Amino acid sequence: MEFLRDIFSFLKERKKYWLIPMIIVLLIIGILVVFGGSSSVAPFVYTLF
Amino acid sequence: MYILGVSAYYHDSAACLIYKDEIIAAAQEERFTRKKQDESFPINAIKYCLDQAGLEISDIENIVYYEKPFLKFERLLESFYHFAPAGVVPFVKSIPVWIKEKLFIKNQIYSKLKELGKYDKTKLKTYFSEHHLSHAASAFYPSGFESAAVLTIDGMGEWASASISKANKSGISIVKEMHYPNSLGLLYSAFTYFLGFVVNSGEYKLMGLAPYGNPKSEQVFDYIKKIKTTLVDIADDGSIKLNMKYFGFATRLKMIKPNKWESLFNLKKRNPNDEISSSHSNLALAIQLVTEEIVLKMAKHARDITGEKNICLSGGVALNCVSNGVLFRENLFDDIYIQPASGDAGGALGAALAYAHIHKGVELTPSANDKMKGAYLGPEFSNADVLKTARKYNANFIYFDNFHELSVFAANQIAQNKVLGWFRGRMEFGPRALGNRSILADARNLETQKKLNLKIKFREGFRPFAPSVLEEDCGEYFTPAVKSPYMLLVVHVVEKLREKLPENYLNLDLMEKLYAKRSQIQAITHCDFSARIQTVDKNTNPDYHKLISEFKNLTGTGLIVNTSFNVRGEPIVCSPDQAFACFMRTDMDILVMQDYVFIKDDQILNKEDFNQTFKPD
Repeated sequence: MEFLRDIFSFLKERKKYWLIPMIIVLLIIGILVVFGGSSSVAPFVYTLF
Repeated sequence: MYILGVSAYYHDSAACLIYKDEIIAAAQEERFTRKKQDESFPINAIKYCLDQAGLEISDIENIVYYEKPFLKFERLLESFYHFAPAGVVPFVKSIPVWIKEKLFIKNQIYSKLKELGKYDKTKLKTYFSEHHLSHAASAFYPSGFESAAVLTIDGMGEWASASISKANKSGISIVKEMHYPNSLGLLYSAFTYFLGFVVNSGEYKLMGLAPYGNPKSEQVFDYIKKIKTTLVDIADDGSIKLNMKYFGFATRLKMIKPNKWESLFNLKKRNPNDEISSSHSNLALAIQLVTEEIVLKMAKHARDITGEKNICLSGGVALNCVSNGVLFRENLFDDIYIQPASGDAGGALGAALAYAHIHKGVELTPSANDKMKGAYLGPEFSNADVLKTARKYNANFIYFDNFHELSVFAANQIAQNKVLGWFRGRMEFGPRALGNRSILADARNLETQKKLNLKIKFREGFRPFAPSVLEEDCGEYFTPAVKSPYMLLVVHVVEKLREKLPENYLNLDLMEKLYAKRSQIQAITHCDFSARIQTVDKNTNPDYHKLISEFKNLTGTGLIVNTSFNVRGEPIVCSPDQAFACFMRTDMDILVMQDYVFIKDDQILNKEDFNQTFKPD
């Protein structure tokens, strides 16, 4: 719950409400990924992401 | 009021503990886990910081993380949206990491800290600084300046890759930023990759390779022209715009688009084990010169828009000591201060300091000297600890109960061309060994560079070594004479110590240049007569100063070679066990740990007993 509160206050402060649907979709996918046990190893040559 | 600063989850994770504005302890996690540039949560570094202050985790009320994960996630989403449908692969690959870990940094911190003991979660508050604010604070607050311009340049923070700030007792206000995907750090890393070095650690090698290029050759001019007309647009204020048609980091899993680069430079991408040709050296020189031009323009702009007389530098690009030296020689500012831990490890320190001064109102106290304590902020080990190691390995040793005698003995050994491991006092914070975890040798010997690179450090033969010089003697050997306590400035060897070079010197290939006699202090004179110096001050590190002074008494030379106590791919040693193992597996002759001396020929065990391989960086 604290996480949701934090992220919504962040979006409010940044006025980036258009990101909300994307975040919701990603969180749902994320839950599937977590339960699916896929790799979460960072992918990149430079740790940009 | 103790504040814990933390950087983690990208590269070079670290922890730092401050009390008001005093830095109590700081260390990188890699030194404990022995994984170079370890990005994992710095639980060992935090434990060390608490131990150093005699605290428990329950005594800490404020933890500050060095950047804002949500802001970075915003950049991730927006940039993928911008580049879509290109970039879907890195997007899909990076999302699981975010969902599992990086979006929940606060929870991660609370959960990991449980390993250190019980604490009251309601009392322990977590805060998030901005990446470039952390860098700026890490340079300004320890600098001792009353006010300054602050220039931070690195690969990438949340959105920003560079910033200019105005800092004083009221705080740090960011005046200007350069944003993703434009980044000087990433541009330099792209060349690091193209020239066959590892991104994020090979940048030093690229910098070391550049002086082997021929500054008078047509090829260098041609490369510079191609870089500036095709790859990057440089504005008068130093801001840059990358031509993303040539870079892969936004949409692919690679830094660059190699085919485009190969046709642009008419040069094959170098693989790590390929020979280094003159074209590679010339390309390294070209990007180094372009980098210097950009840094200089940024610094001039910082001076113009802040009106400040002093400048502080931080961020990974501030570790480019060649461009720092150019900036110093331009005399744009009265004084320059460069944070010794300018990479992301230093972000932990900056985050804590920013919180203390900006949010908690801790007063800024200007001082003549900086507040980094010589960067000697890491763990220290006692004679008893060393003895334990000696017994564990059944090692033979000599014990000195008098430091004067020990320093004379050690200086004598160096003067006799022995390579000596020197382990005393608190470990350094940041990437440089500054005389407490160092390998030392005689700079006058023609064979020193070759021996150190190939038989002790096991690294590329072309890489230069740096000197530690008595601060008061700096002008005897180098020009301009500067204070460079953290080995972050490149200057030049004075004319009187230089040898006459062959007339065709600039056209020689790399190995011929490497072995040409250049100066009377050959091992630390790079092929363009430059040297990345550390000036050693009597008050900051009296033991190390004494050692070099004794060497001077014996030889008349007030400087020695100083390289970090590790081998290629290994983090710098932290403990006596690690130091002894490194000593045994290399051709080092003598090891001094605290007041104990170990002589290689006297040891019962041999090299094979300490076999350990590290992934080359």
